[in-house]
Amino acid sequence: MIEIRDLHKYFGALHVLKGINLDVEKGEVLSVIGASGSGKSTLLYCINALEMIQQGSVLVDGTDVHGKGTNVNTLRQNLGMVFQQWNSFPHLTVLENVALAPRIVRGLDKARAREIAEQQLVHVGLGGKLNNYPSALSGGQQQRLAIARALAMEPSYMLFDEATSALDPELVGEVLDTMRLLAEEGMTMICVTHEMGFAREVSDRVAFFHQGIMEEISPPEELFGAPKSEHLQKFLSKVK
Amino acid sequence: MQPTATFFSGFTLNDLWFLGEAALKSLWISILAIAFGSAMGVVFGWLLSVSHRAGALTLAPVLDVFRSVPLIIQLVLFFNFAPMIGLRLNPFEAGLIVLIVYTSANVATVAQAGIEAVGGPMRRAARSLGMSYWQDMRYVVWPIGLRAVFPAWIGVALGVMKDSALVSVLGYVELLKASQILITRTQETFLILAIAGAFYFALSYPISHYAARLEKRWTQ
Repeated sequence: MIEIRDLHKYFGALHVLKGINLDVEKGEVLSVIGASGSGKSTLLYCINALEMIQQGSVLVDGTDVHGKGTNVNTLRQNLGMVFQQWNSFPHLTVLENVALAPRIVRGLDKARAREIAEQQLVHVGLGGKLNNYPSALSGGQQQRLAIARALAMEPSYMLFDEATSALDPELVGEVLDTMRLLAEEGMTMICVTHEMGFAREVSDRVAFFHQGIMEEISPPEELFGAPKSEHLQKFLSKVK
Repeated sequence: MQPTATFFSGFTLNDLWFLGEAALKSLWISILAIAFGSAMGVVFGWLLSVSHRAGALTLAPVLDVFRSVPLIIQLVLFFNFAPMIGLRLNPFEAGLIVLIVYTSANVATVAQAGIEAVGGPMRRAARSLGMSYWQDMRYVVWPIGLRAVFPAWIGVALGVMKDSALVSVLGYVELLKASQILITRTQETFLILAIAGAFYFALSYPISHYAARLEKRWTQ
């Protein structure tokens, strides 16, 4: 379970997250929506300690992410993350991209790491591309590679930071299908997204962020059907 | 008829061996300078990349001095001033130390560029997988950065190999100094310089050829 309490984050004088309180249960799919600059992505970075926080706490399975004694490298193995840009390692083949972290971070032997990598690549539909280099893949395939790379660490949670935003429209579907598949398999997911259809269809709950404040959080039918906050109503009228 | 004294004698096979040995000395001092200079340069480049402000105020100006002052001046100054601070160095040792520092100053900027060629998002992605800072450096930044700046590094290495000729001003008998000795004795300037040039080419060409092949393989 992820527990966020009174989370505040500043970039210099800019107050980006203003007292976020949020619990994400095991097996839950939470979508986070909101305008650009509302703090959605920063929230994800604070959850896996890619950004430090100034106040509050983030607990993952009871471990204080920003606590002094916490080993963030160990913690991050349990929190897979997929970014807007896929960031494939260009010098490694598709298989090596996925096998690298299990081998050097989890300490698995080479054969076992490659076995896990191959399983995950087949899982995301890239079983036929094992020996290709990322440069030979489309954007959608590279993003699925990034998902497989995160899954190879066998995390309990997956964080998606606008995973489809940098893709051409015709490539968005294949990545969303992979995310849907993970949701159906019971993966706990926090998805920062601009894909309202995905948020509505796949999420257990949807959170709306506005200027660093979580203004509304509820099941998708409620949030999209009867938005309470004025900002959410305006936001939804623009994205529809 | 009165016998006449001969001051000059022709170029012999032994002289070719002499040049060959000198070429090996050039190669040896170059290899040592490139190896140790590159290792130091990578450390300096890393320091510059992690401490932009402090590096710009402290390390960068020092490296700038070694990059900017002609190597021949550095060699002569160091060789003559070293005894004043109690360092008794032969020409090889003095030349090697100067070449190492000179190489490291040049490699530092190349290494810094290589590290910075790997963008923040890529490094975040690596860290998000649980990699430590050093694992990220070893398995992501190093191979990607190396590919980005490899041609520049080869340029520095070939430059050092040619610049090693300047160590001759200290009296170290490497290829250029050996050529000068033979020219004085044989007066065969054109022939000897052509042979010396061929030796330098033979030392440098395999490196640039191998580097080109490696680059081609990386880009495939």
